[in-house]
Amino acid sequence: MPIAAKFEIEYLQYLDPEGKPVRKDLPDFAQNLDYMVELYKLMVSTRVFDTKSIALQRTGKLGTYASCLGHEATHVGIGASMKPEDVFAPSYREYGAQLYRGVRPRDVYMYWGGDERGSDYPDEPARHDFAWSVPIGTQCLHAAGSALAFKLRKEKRVAVCTIGDGGSSKADFYGAINVAGARDLPLVAAIVNNQWAISVPRKIQSGARTLAQKGIAAGLFCIQVDGNDIIAVRKAMGDAIERARKGDGGSVVECVTYRLGDHTTADDARRYRGKQEVEDAWKKDPVKRLRTWLEAKKAWNKKKEDALQHECEEWMDKEVNTYLETRAQPVTAMFDYTFAELPADLVKQREEAMALEKR
Amino acid sequence: MAAITLIEGVTQALAYEMKHDPSVVVLGEDVGVNGGVFRATQGLSEKFGEWRVFDTPLDETTIAGLTVGLAAQGMKPVAEAQFEGFIYPMMEQIVCHAARMRNRTRGRITCPAVFRAPWGGGIHAPEHHSEANEHLFTNVPGLRVVLPSSPARAYGLLLAAIRDPDPVVFFEPKRIYRQYKEEVPDDGEALPLDVCFVLRDGTDITLVTWGAEVKETLEAADALAKEGISAEVIDVATLTPLDFDTIAESVQKTGRCVIVQEAPKTAGFGAEIAARIAEECLYDLLAPVVRVAGWDIHTPLFRLEQKQLPSTARIVAAAKRVLAAG
Ligand SMILES: Cc1ncc(C[n+]2csc(CCOP(=O)(O)OP(=O)(O)O)c2C)c(N)n1
Repeated sequence: MPIAAKFEIEYLQYLDPEGKPVRKDLPDFAQNLDYMVELYKLMVSTRVFDTKSIALQRTGKLGTYASCLGHEATHVGIGASMKPEDVFAPSYREYGAQLYRGVRPRDVYMYWGGDERGSDYPDEPARHDFAWSVPIGTQCLHAAGSALAFKLRKEKRVAVCTIGDGGSSKADFYGAINVAGARDLPLVAAIVNNQWAISVPRKIQSGARTLAQKGIAAGLFCIQVDGNDIIAVRKAMGDAIERARKGDGGSVVECVTYRLGDHTTADDARRYRGKQEVEDAWKKDPVKRLRTWLEAKKAWNKKKEDALQHECEEWMDKEVNTYLETRAQPVTAMFDYTFAELPADLVKQREEAMALEKR
Repeated sequence: MAAITLIEGVTQALAYEMKHDPSVVVLGEDVGVNGGVFRATQGLSEKFGEWRVFDTPLDETTIAGLTVGLAAQGMKPVAEAQFEGFIYPMMEQIVCHAARMRNRTRGRITCPAVFRAPWGGGIHAPEHHSEANEHLFTNVPGLRVVLPSSPARAYGLLLAAIRDPDPVVFFEPKRIYRQYKEEVPDDGEALPLDVCFVLRDGTDITLVTWGAEVKETLEAADALAKEGISAEVIDVATLTPLDFDTIAESVQKTGRCVIVQEAPKTAGFGAEIAARIAEECLYDLLAPVVRVAGWDIHTPLFRLEQKQLPSTARIVAAAKRVLAAG
C-alpha cells in the first residue's frame, strides 16, 4: 500500500538518572564545565526558592502557590537556550526559566502574594516577556502572535512558550502550532510534560504516543527529550530556537519530567497519586543528576555544594524580606491601570474609593 | 471627496491608518484576497501585501490570541471576526488577556488592539450570524465597546479605535453597512471615543440608542415631530466607558427617556443606562424610563427576524406612552 506520510519522534537524553553519560557526543556547551556549573547553580536556586515559597504559603504569607519542584532542568534549560531579545510566554510555574531571564524571586512572591506589581518585571530581558498565564494554553497564541510580529518586522527574534501536558490538549495550543506551521513563524513550544494535570494523568489526556508528535500535524519540527536531563533540554531547545531564528520554522519540544510536589499548595496529590510513583520519580531527580555528573567531572564537591546552599538561602531570605516589607499599593492603584487614561466615569469611582479610604 | 457607505468608511479608515502607521496589521479569515466576507478589507491586500493583511487559519481563538501577541509586541492589530456570532471563541482572549494586560503588568505590557465584528440582524443571514451581543463585553473592565452608526462615524471612530492605546471591540451594524452614502473626507481625522453624539436636538423626550437602531430611532423622531413632539436623539457610540453626562444633561432637559436597543432586553446595555438614570436623574424625570428592545429570545431565522428588531412604530408607541405618563 502506498504511504501518504510517515514520521518518527526522536528521544534525546545525554545523562541517565544516575548522572552517567548515555552517549559520547556531548554538545559543545556541556564541555564547558563552568557553564554547566552556572546552570546547576540556577537549578539549585530555583529549588531553594520553591521551598521558601511553599513555606511562605504554609505560614500564611503567600496565597496559593504553584510549585516547580522537579522541573528545574526543564525550566532552566529553556531559559538558558533563549537569547535576551527572544520573548518568553510562560504558564504559571516556569520560575527557573524566568529567574534566568531576570525575574526576581520577590516578583514571584509578590504575584502569589496578591500584588500585581509582581508582574511588572523591572529588568531586561524579562521586562519584555509576558507575565504568567493562568487560563491554560492561552499563552501559546501570545507567543505565536509575537512570532508573527517578529516575522513582520524582520527581527531575528524567537518566541518561546511553555505548556503543560494537560495544556497541550487545548485548542489554543493546536491553534498556535498550526498557524506557526502554516506561516513558518519563529515559535518554539516547549511542552512541560510533568505527567499530571492536577489529578488527570498524562495517559488520559491524549491517546498520542508522544505529545511532541502533535507538532507533526502542524508541520513543525518535533522532538521528545528527557526533561530531567538539562543537557538534553538545553541542546534540543537551543537547536530549535536557533532553527527558528534562521527562518527554518518552529518546533515542538516535549520535555518529559515529573511533578514531584502537589499541583499547587491548594492540592493534595496523595488523593490521586501512588506513593511508589513519586518515590520512583525522585530517583530521576534532575538536580541530583547534574550534581553527580559534575562531581564525577571534578567540577563540584560537597564544600561547593554547602557554600551554594548557604548562598541561595541568603539570597532568598533577602528576597522574602523585601517582599514582606513591600507595602500594599494605594487603593487608587486598582483603577490606574485599567486604561491608559482614566475615563471620566472611572475617575468618579476612583474618587469615591479614595474618599472611603480617608474616612 | 467621495460619498461612501458605512462599510466603505471602515475600509477607508483601515487603508488610511495602514498607510500612515506601519505597525497596523489586519488579520482574520478571508480578509486577504477576498477582502473579507463583507468586503470590509477589500483592496488592502493588494496595497499592503499578504503579511499586513493576514489570512489566518480558520480558528477564532487563534485570531484573537495572535492579536494579543501582536499588540503586546508593539503592533497595532485589527482583527476581524466574520460575524459577531463567532466572536465567542475570541472572548477568552479578549476578556482574560486583551482587557487586562495593562492592569496585570502595571502598564508594562499593553494591548492596543481592535477586534472588529459585523454585528446585529436584519440581513437574512443564517443562525449565529445576527446576534447583538455587545452587553457581553460592556461588563468587562479595560475594554472599549464602540458601535458606529453612520459612514462618517465608522471612519472617524475606527481611526480612533486603532489609535487608542487600549483594546477596543468595534461592532459594525451590518444591517446599515450599505444603507446610504455620505461624504466622508479621507483626511485621517478621528472622532472622539467615550462620547455620545447628539444627533437631533429636542425638548420633550430623549431617545437613546446605538448601532443600527439609530435609523429607526431617527425615523421615530421624525414621526413624533409630525405630531408636534420634539425628541432628542442620542447615539451612544462608545458604550463603555459610557459618557453618561450627555445622557443625563438631555434627560434633565426633557424629563423623559426611551432607550432603544436591538439586543435582548434583560441585562442588556439599556438596563445599565436606565439604572444610571434612576440613580442620578430620578427627580428630573416626569415619567418612568421605558426600554424598547429585542425580545429575550434567540435571534429568529430571517422569516421572523424583523419581529425581533425594535421597529419605528414600537419606538413611537413607547415615546407616546412615556409622554402620556407625565
Ligand atoms: C482554561 C483553564 N481551565 C482550567 C484551569 C484550572 N487548572 C489550573 S492548572 C490545571 C492543570 C494543568 O495541567 P498541565 O497543563 O499539565 O500543567 P501543570 O500544572 O501540570 O504544569 C487546571 C485544570 C485553568 N487554569 N484554565
